[in-house]
Amino acid sequence: MSQLGDALLTALQLVTSLDRELAEIVVLSLRISLSAVALAVLIGMPLGAALALARFPGRGVLVVLLNACMGLPPVVVGLFVYLMLSRAGPLGELGLLFTPTAMVIAQAILVTPIIAALTRQTVEDLYAEYREQLQSLGVGALRAIPTLLWDGRFSLVTAVLAGLGRAMAEVGAVIIVGGNINHVTRVMTTTIALETSKGYLALALGLGFVLLLLVVAMNATLMLVQSAARQTEG
Amino acid sequence: MPVAALKLREAPVIDRPANAGQGPLPLVLESVRFEAGGQRLIDDLSLTVAAGTRTVVLGPNGAGKSLLLRLCHGLIRPTAGSIRWACDDPDRLRREQAFVFQRPVLLRRSAAANVAYALAVAGVPGAERRRRVRAALEQAGLAHIADRPARVLSGGEQQRVALARAWALEPKVLFLDEPTANLDPAATRAIEAVISAMCADGVKIVMTTHDLGQARRQADEIVFLHKGRLIEHADAGRFFARPATPEARAFVAGDLLA
Repeated sequence: MSQLGDALLTALQLVTSLDRELAEIVVLSLRISLSAVALAVLIGMPLGAALALARFPGRGVLVVLLNACMGLPPVVVGLFVYLMLSRAGPLGELGLLFTPTAMVIAQAILVTPIIAALTRQTVEDLYAEYREQLQSLGVGALRAIPTLLWDGRFSLVTAVLAGLGRAMAEVGAVIIVGGNINHVTRVMTTTIALETSKGYLALALGLGFVLLLLVVAMNATLMLVQSAARQTEG
Repeated sequence: MPVAALKLREAPVIDRPANAGQGPLPLVLESVRFEAGGQRLIDDLSLTVAAGTRTVVLGPNGAGKSLLLRLCHGLIRPTAGSIRWACDDPDRLRREQAFVFQRPVLLRRSAAANVAYALAVAGVPGAERRRRVRAALEQAGLAHIADRPARVLSGGEQQRVALARAWALEPKVLFLDEPTANLDPAATRAIEAVISAMCADGVKIVMTTHDLGQARRQADEIVFLHKGRLIEHADAGRFFARPATPEARAFVAGDLLA
């Protein structure tokens, strides 16, 4: 109990004193996860929408695989990206291993299937309602995709939130490809893992509270924006 | 629906001289059959839809009215038989038809943007698009709500936006599938006024209804369907005064058809 109290106190001290090291870690965490989610949205949403409209043999298998990829183990993705980016790997020349860019790539790989799968479901439901009207207007598939994504924007916020949650919370992938290097690739989750293994539980728990607070704040903001927009737009 | 069926817009097709100035009508259906789930929903239906008149497809629920309209518009394909327009250029055919559904499907954007979207898809350039959007909304009595989000409008207003969208496309043929089925009398009157105005503009109207009153008000000719078959195709005055078949007599008399 006193440990929890200490942790809360530490967290409070860290946040109120605007501790530089903490700020650095938080900013890097946000930068990496938001970049990864942005990348995943750019790739996953059109992909999910295309899969929602397309009909081809083997589509069912692809949908199942995509849904399964929502549960990709972060350490496996981390290992895969590590192998790709390591000196001996096919992309070793780029020298990206143990950089924030590598962490963005790994998280984007984790988040893209989540965004794509949830988008596929949302757009498919919407398309069932819109199909005949779009067909009647002569809307081609290439135009239908952005139209359906835009009209599904309120529901798609949930997909973004799910992706953001995944990116902010995972530790397995970023610790492997980032290496948890102080001032370079140290993010909240890797710091928590490190401080815990060093036995410095108070700081770890304090950071944990900051992380939770951030995730809740981001979710709340997006949900508020979503419900306000839904009320005025119908 | 396969993606291939959603036709991508191609380069503008130059009208063939033979078709220049000539509308897509008449539309000729020959021995059309439509089956789904092992059931024959439209059977051996032959019909010629000519230009000029307001054609009302009448019949009880489940008669196949909506299916007939969808077959004509090309949203579904017949299992057997043929559906032929006077013009055989598919691109032009699509541009010359519009369809208003029973439940209007409006995009999550303003009423005006909904109309503009349809025009953009049809390849109407910007300045001309703005002019047509304004004109269509005005004609449908919607100018005052042009900038309101379409999804928060009332059911009647939404259906009028759908009609304005169809009008702006300047079709030669307008299909309407029970356009007032879920609306109150005032909204119905507003919709019927727009339909009449379009008809006066020279647009061929083909609409379905199960509402006898609406058929009497709107129809020049009646296509009476029952259980997927064409029972009568007659001038509206004649149809209501002297229905030729027992089914039509019962329907006009207000009896419930089995």
